[in-house]
Amino acid sequence: MEAQRTTIVVASGDMDKLYSTLIIANGSLAMGMEVSLYFTFWGLLRLKKGGLEKGPLSKMHLLGLGKLMMTLRMKKARVATLEKLMQDFKELGGKVIACEMTMEIMGLTKEDLRQDLVDEYGAVGTYIQDARKSNITLFI
Amino acid sequence: MAEIHVDCRNETCPIPLVEARKALRKAAPGDIVEIRGTHPASRKEIPMAVDALGLELLSVEGSDTDWVIRIRR
Repeated sequence: MEAQRTTIVVASGDMDKLYSTLIIANGSLAMGMEVSLYFTFWGLLRLKKGGLEKGPLSKMHLLGLGKLMMTLRMKKARVATLEKLMQDFKELGGKVIACEMTMEIMGLTKEDLRQDLVDEYGAVGTYIQDARKSNITLFI
Repeated sequence: MAEIHVDCRNETCPIPLVEARKALRKAAPGDIVEIRGTHPASRKEIPMAVDALGLELLSVEGSDTDWVIRIRR
C-alpha cells in the first residue's frame, strides 16, 4: 500500500507559521506519512543561508521586541528550535521543494539557498501532481 | 533482539513523537523501543502513531506527566 501523504505550501516567512508548518510536517512523518514542503514567496526566504530563524512574528512583532519575548518564552517551555525541527524533518525523510519562479523574482540563485535542505526546485505542476495524491494539503 | 531506550522527559510537542519515530526507524524488526516522557499529549499520540505504523504496542504505564511506552518494531 502506498504511504499517505501531507503536502504543504509554505508561503509565509513568519516565524510562528514556520513552526506550525514544521510541527505538522514532523507529526505527519512520525505517524508514517510522506511529506513535501513547497517553499514560495516569503517562505522561500527562510531557505536562504542563515535565514531559517530570521522570520518575524505574524502578530505582535513590535520591531523585534515581541519576537524576542516569544523566543524567550519558547525557550523556557523547551520548544525545539526551527533548525532542530528542520533537521528532524530531513532525517525522517521529508522533502523540501523551492519555487523557481520566486527565486527569479527575488533574484536568488541556488547558491543563495541552503543546499543541505533543498531536495528539488519546482513549479506549480510539481505541487499539483503531489497534492492530488495527498490526504492532507495545507497552505500556510 | 535489542532494546532501545529513548529519554524524552521534559521535552514538548512534537519532540517525543518525532524521537519515537526516529528510534523505530533505526530499530530492526523484533526490537523493542522504550520511550520515557513527561509530555501529556504524547502519551496518547505515540500509541496512535504505533497504530498508524502497524507496529505492536506492548504497554503504556505511568501518569500523564511521567510515562513509559514500550513498542515492538
